[in-house]
Amino acid sequence: MLQAGEWVYSEKLKEHFMSPKNIMQGENTDEFDGVGMEGNLQCGDQMMVVINVDKEIQVITDCQWKTYGCASAIASTSILSEMVKGMTLDQAFHISPKDVAKELGGLPDNKIHCSVLGDKALRAAINNYYVRNGMEDKVKQEQVKTICQCMSITDHDIEDAVLEGARTYFELQERTKIGTVCGQCKDEAESLLEKFKHIHFGV
Amino acid sequence: MKVYFDHNATTPLHPEVKKEMAEAMDMFGNPSSMHAWGREARANVEDARRRIAAFVGAQDDEIVFVGSGSEANNTVLSLFVCASNMCIPGTKMRSTIITTKIEHPCVLETSECLAHRGARVKFLDVDRYGKVDLDQLADMLGDDVGLVSVMMANNEIGTIQDIETIAKMAHESGAMMHTDAVQAVGKLPVDVQRLGVDFLTISGHKIYGPKGVGALYVKKGTPYCPLIRGGHQERGRRAGTENTLGILGLGKAVDMRAIEMEAEKQLLGDMKAVLKKGIEEQIDDICFNGHPTESLSNTLNVSFPGAEGEAILLYLDLEGIAVSTGSACASGSLDPSHVLLATGVDAERAHGSIRISLGRGSTMQEVEYMLDVLPRTIQRIRNMSTAYIKGGAHAASR
Repeated sequence: MLQAGEWVYSEKLKEHFMSPKNIMQGENTDEFDGVGMEGNLQCGDQMMVVINVDKEIQVITDCQWKTYGCASAIASTSILSEMVKGMTLDQAFHISPKDVAKELGGLPDNKIHCSVLGDKALRAAINNYYVRNGMEDKVKQEQVKTICQCMSITDHDIEDAVLEGARTYFELQERTKIGTVCGQCKDEAESLLEKFKHIHFGV
Repeated sequence: MKVYFDHNATTPLHPEVKKEMAEAMDMFGNPSSMHAWGREARANVEDARRRIAAFVGAQDDEIVFVGSGSEANNTVLSLFVCASNMCIPGTKMRSTIITTKIEHPCVLETSECLAHRGARVKFLDVDRYGKVDLDQLADMLGDDVGLVSVMMANNEIGTIQDIETIAKMAHESGAMMHTDAVQAVGKLPVDVQRLGVDFLTISGHKIYGPKGVGALYVKKGTPYCPLIRGGHQERGRRAGTENTLGILGLGKAVDMRAIEMEAEKQLLGDMKAVLKKGIEEQIDDICFNGHPTESLSNTLNVSFPGAEGEAILLYLDLEGIAVSTGSACASGSLDPSHVLLATGVDAERAHGSIRISLGRGSTMQEVEYMLDVLPRTIQRIRNMSTAYIKGGAHAASR
């Protein structure tokens, strides 16, 4: 007979869950150069990332975090905080959930969405740093585009639906009700569906 | 230390059940055969049936062996959408099913499926303790209702329903009554006569019997139609060669329950009280879910705001302790426990809930170990949680 199998998670993820790195100690975020928070407790995931920056060279010297969430949420913020140290702000801004998942040795499909918040919180922290230091011109807004006018569904909603498991246009509709009124957005929605499937799952 | 506190999920085989099943391994005859091999299997299956019937106050021929509790529930619910009106006369007129928001998914999902197939399904609300709203039931009942299905004890929070009263109300309005008693049988005295139900679901593996076997009580004279067809087994009520080994195991499990249940109930109740007190004393900002008194003596459901359930479960797993959680993350869905949400608990508390379910092997030493590990686990998770930072959701509570 087989012994108990491994967790659904990779060894690397398990390692970071068991001994998370760079947890922010204390409760005061004011002593950091930039602070970003994403998600909320009701949804089951919330992540906060704080950074210190070498202002001469615009490089992240320290990154700490707090996370409310499951094992993959905890591990993905932990590994993210390791990844960004020494990166320029510009490099760090472009880290994607896929990069985080790859570094963790992969994530189960239904857990990808748990790693999305970390990089979002990081970008919020970077923007917060720009604002605090009078560099508002460098702040990059997350571009949101409404795809389905009737139901007011954005490209972010489509991305979220893909991360939550939608793989076909029908499943996308089940989750978001996109294109259920006039249907004119179908082509654009389908191409975004394919794009996000490719970005996040490589399919 | 290895501590199994997840008995509502499943239980280990009782040593006596194991012995009985091991001895029966060579009994391979088909109970439908007329020769000696078949007659041996038949005799043993019928003997198990007799003991199980006696355990719940039923007659022998009112017990149908099935493959699981889920199958039993599916069978009962599926009776009420037949378009032909032949097997269950009158169901066409009474195509409404009343059930609750806190049923097991095998009832909820089947109900939703039946709704697509023409039945009307109404879901009863529960109060903050998980008790069914009887006034609402009275309002819902009418001459369109064919079946009321309410679970006797809830698997997640342990709340026990007043099935006797609900059955009476159902019958007074001309509806039939089913109760999913999978978590109740073997933990509480269950008597179908006293409860006054028409259908009752039993599962083997929740009572130290084997997996893959269950039993459905069908009151004599109640209209019935099989879910699985194509054989005369179980008097035409459930086709497929009998799971003889499983049935024998279930029979033995019931025997052992009859002997051990009463004393065990007291013992587990004491352990639960110690757990509850210890958690209350050692951990801040918690809430217990379920009914404070009308609840299974083995089940304790508790929420830790600011900590997420899957993380709690896995940190406990690393310390050798098994529990379950109402968090969405552990279920693969995005929504936390439907049971907790139905009791009005907010989503965060549902995400941060764990269920501790004790069983016959549980000891006070295990409870003490749990009370050593759990507080520091919660402390550890809350220390890395966003909930307690300056400006966080629970910043003020510390």
